[in-house]
Amino acid sequence: MTADAIVRVRGLHYAISGRPIFDGVDIDIARGTVTAVMGPSGTGKTTLLRLITGQLFADRGLVEVDGRDVGKQSRREIYRMRRRMGMLFQNGALLTDLSVYDNVAFPLREHTRLPERLLRHIVLTKLQAVGLRGAWRLMPAELSGGMARRVAIARAIVMDPELLIYDEPFVGLDPISMGVVLRLIRRLNDTLGLTSIVVSHDVREVSAVADHLYLLSGGKVVASGPPATLADSDREDVRQFMHGLPDGPVPFHYPAPEYDQQLRRAR
Amino acid sequence: MLPAILRELSQSLQGALIALGGYALFAARLFVESPRALLRFRLVIDQVHNAGTLSLVIIMLSGLFVGMVLGLQGFDLLERFGSEESLGTAVALGLLKELGPVVTALLFAGRAGTALASELGLMRATDQIAAMEMMAVDPVRRVVMPRFLGGVIAMPLLAAIFSMIGLYGAQLVGVQLMGVDSGQYWSQMRAAVETADVMEGVIKSVVFGVACSLIAVYEGYHSMPTAEGVGRATTRTVVISSVVVLLLDYILTAVMR
Repeated sequence: MTADAIVRVRGLHYAISGRPIFDGVDIDIARGTVTAVMGPSGTGKTTLLRLITGQLFADRGLVEVDGRDVGKQSRREIYRMRRRMGMLFQNGALLTDLSVYDNVAFPLREHTRLPERLLRHIVLTKLQAVGLRGAWRLMPAELSGGMARRVAIARAIVMDPELLIYDEPFVGLDPISMGVVLRLIRRLNDTLGLTSIVVSHDVREVSAVADHLYLLSGGKVVASGPPATLADSDREDVRQFMHGLPDGPVPFHYPAPEYDQQLRRAR
Repeated sequence: MLPAILRELSQSLQGALIALGGYALFAARLFVESPRALLRFRLVIDQVHNAGTLSLVIIMLSGLFVGMVLGLQGFDLLERFGSEESLGTAVALGLLKELGPVVTALLFAGRAGTALASELGLMRATDQIAAMEMMAVDPVRRVVMPRFLGGVIAMPLLAAIFSMIGLYGAQLVGVQLMGVDSGQYWSQMRAAVETADVMEGVIKSVVFGVACSLIAVYEGYHSMPTAEGVGRATTRTVVISSVVVLLLDYILTAVMR
């Protein structure tokens, strides 16, 4: 257990249409760290983020953010909690009818009454932090995938959150954009004093920036610890995931009847 | 066999009731939020502009052609009774009370309604709605309300344009081609059409505006976040809007006659 945890998950149970996604998950996200939540596709990584941010609620167990039980918060309290969070979606989720500048300014315009001059100063500072001050006039359709992701990061930090959540931030990025986003995750976390949660299955990339990894599989946390510890793990399921082995506890073949029996059958 | 049919029937009925309940709750929320949304009038005006410009050209063209057809048919009919000079009155009453609001609503549903539904559906599919929620911005207030109110305000304006152009279309055929006296066309219209007739059309177009906008935003906002889901939402928007407009038209006509 981590003493100063900004997110605490205890005995989490959650099912979708009767299919269990989490079956007693315990997680601590220590303040000031970059924590990665990893696992094979379909293990509920994004669902975990939705539970932490109050978009979904646990069937059983506790999800606590900054000492408050998310499941017991009213809608208004959840919105207040989210003001102290930033989230980066897989595709950036920029508002397509607004320019880069207006996208980053959007949360400020909705939640504050700052004079336009100050607002402009803040927006340009955040765009400068992600290296896209020069792209302020562009529309989302004119951005590459990597640029869109960086604009979304600028928008996520514009309200100076305490917790920044990245949902699959590297999907579909070229190596240069991936390197830029990776560096930004670490740099923003350290310079702004944030806590970051990164959900991803890009083992090598995430291991390079994360302080702590959680590996989810079969509805449970199968391993956790610093990246180096997990990479050297003896557990077969952990080794298979960390080293990208095609066969192992997660089998290469989808369950099927005997090959020769199936071939002999007409259909 | 029979129990299976009954089970299916009961499931369909249950689904329809659930959808109706969803509509009722969503509508209640929109009406409660309306006054607050009007405070951010700039957002509403932008949507009036969007919905209006999307439908304006087809509304004007359709108004012209419907008016021309009315002029032609009306002339043929009235000529049989020797009262061609009443053409202006007949066309005006037909357009203001009935065709203006109804045809405008049907065209609005097909053009602006589908655009609204697909825009909201795509916003959901591309996580823009979820991103707003994560920024602690209520998407119903910020995105749905202005679009709903924009449609409600745009509809009577579009219906007025439709009727006005329709009157000129009928005049073009009746007066210029068929030889009805221009003075009689306009003066009989002015003498016979009363404020109550105009108000009937206005009330209908406001009600149709509420119905079409509600259906478009509801279907778009609640669409499945997939390409198929967005397609289905746009189709449902047109189908449901068309049926509801015609149903409401009968009810309103019966109540206001």
